[in-house]
Amino acid sequence: AAASVGILDVDLCGPSIPRMLRVCRPEVHQCEAGWVPVYTDQQQNLALMSIGFLLEDPDEAVVWRGPKKTALIGQFVRDVAWGELDILLVDTPPGTSDEHLAVVENLRKHKIDGAVLVTTPQAVSTGDVRREITFCKKTGVQILGLIENMSGFVCPHCSECSNIFSKGGGEELAKLTGSEFLGSVPLDPLLTHSLEEGSNFLQAFPESATFSAINNIAQKLLLHMKDG
Amino acid sequence: MADVPSDAPQHCPGTSSEQAGKTSACQGCPNQSLCASGAAKAPDPAIEEIKVKLATVKHKIVVLSGKGGVGKSTFSANLAHALASDASTEVALLDVDICGPSVPKIMGVEGEQVHQSGSGWSPVYVEDNLAVMSIGFLLGSPDDAVIWRGPKKNGMIKQFLRDVDWGELDYLIVDTPPGTSDEHLSVVQYLSAARIDGAVIITTPQEVSLQDVRKEIRFCQKVNLPVIGVVENMSGFECPKCKNTSQIFPPTTGGAERMCEELGLPLLGKVPLDPRIGKNCDEGKSFLSEVPDSAAALAYQDAHFASRTVNTRINVLFITDQNSVHVYFIILWSLQDLLKNNVA
Repeated sequence: AAASVGILDVDLCGPSIPRMLRVCRPEVHQCEAGWVPVYTDQQQNLALMSIGFLLEDPDEAVVWRGPKKTALIGQFVRDVAWGELDILLVDTPPGTSDEHLAVVENLRKHKIDGAVLVTTPQAVSTGDVRREITFCKKTGVQILGLIENMSGFVCPHCSECSNIFSKGGGEELAKLTGSEFLGSVPLDPLLTHSLEEGSNFLQAFPESATFSAINNIAQKLLLHMKDG
Repeated sequence: MADVPSDAPQHCPGTSSEQAGKTSACQGCPNQSLCASGAAKAPDPAIEEIKVKLATVKHKIVVLSGKGGVGKSTFSANLAHALASDASTEVALLDVDICGPSVPKIMGVEGEQVHQSGSGWSPVYVEDNLAVMSIGFLLGSPDDAVIWRGPKKNGMIKQFLRDVDWGELDYLIVDTPPGTSDEHLSVVQYLSAARIDGAVIITTPQEVSLQDVRKEIRFCQKVNLPVIGVVENMSGFECPKCKNTSQIFPPTTGGAERMCEELGLPLLGKVPLDPRIGKNCDEGKSFLSEVPDSAAALAYQDAHFASRTVNTRINVLFITDQNSVHVYFIILWSLQDLLKNNVA
């Protein structure tokens, strides 16, 4: 049976998930239990809440200081009628500030299984993710593991692999900080193209190396949550 | 923070904040109605102090993007190096990414310390004429996290602008985190009496990025910050083996070029993906140090041509070139010309 999943997009200044799931312009309705999240599929297995749905004009800038962002995130957690979910995924903007604190504070009473940290292979990226790891340790959020994104590019014409954003940083960081390395995901124009159009990459390209990479990571995480 | 009273409720936005009296944290505070009426919100004296302090800074540029990971800090650093390659030009790079301060590493000065003197904090010098300030220098360890809410970040930014002894500068470049929030509002607010030449906006070609960049441009309009131009990073990748180009971040809606055309903004250039750019960042080296003299000279000539066409009001200016070094030079020299001629 398919799991029922919710995604909470708390990147208030740059909400990208609606486009990536092809749900750009729906309205958010109220029901007795609260705000109804937007379902991305007929079977209602994948629900999404994002500030993207609350903006009349998609180009409108959300120019808010911390307290206002904190308040909306509180509402997203309290007032969205998620219903029965197997998994709630929270996507955050970069940083260790208002949004991150708001998420942890509001979800703490509901038990947070943990955090997945995403880096690229470069030192400049792992340098910031180290601080994110400290954030998790300080706020008592268990680190489920690290993912290295944009991990090499295989030329579709000649299959030469180029390490555009360097190599190995994610695994090194995991070792250095005693976190589990969940896997690497390569740069893949087919994936970025799918995200642009909001089409389901995993359905369209199940034979691809990128699919295996993402799938392996997902399976590891599901195992964690079963054990945890 | 000076404007958060000691008896304020938790998450008090600060009495001089735009949100004073209006946030959920204000409910029940005895001063709520006072704050909401605006009576507590006198103009921050720091704004005038910063104007005086930065009177010796000729040009101030803010580097923005809506999206993270598009190469903003990389560009800011390379811009700083390019401007400082003329030894008679005084340049400074201010990193206001409080949570993710990458600038010290990119400039090769990670681990350096900031000193205090009678005239304020002294920035870290990368070259005699190139200074850097970042919260990175104030953190003891590379693992230290700055877990601060908005008001505390704003206080730090105020200090950076008011208390750093920048001296006489030709250019102050301000590198920001992605978004349209506290850091961005504070930079604009605290520099409101001093003059900002404008913003350079960095994007990558795909709509997922442009979607956020349009919001950033709206932000600039809202706060009356002129947009000097847009740079498109990660614009295609030429395989070193077979020389075919792949659009890893595809411009499905026309990329920065179409967006700039629609919004009437100058596109300063399109930089292809080049592993050398990232490698130099990690090693704290200037990308320009990779460049043999011949490529630089050629790019410089092109840049002069490019900036002349911008002056004659051709809004969309673009140079596409698979040689990323060449493109970088064109963009950087064009920008320098634009600032010198005060086109913004």
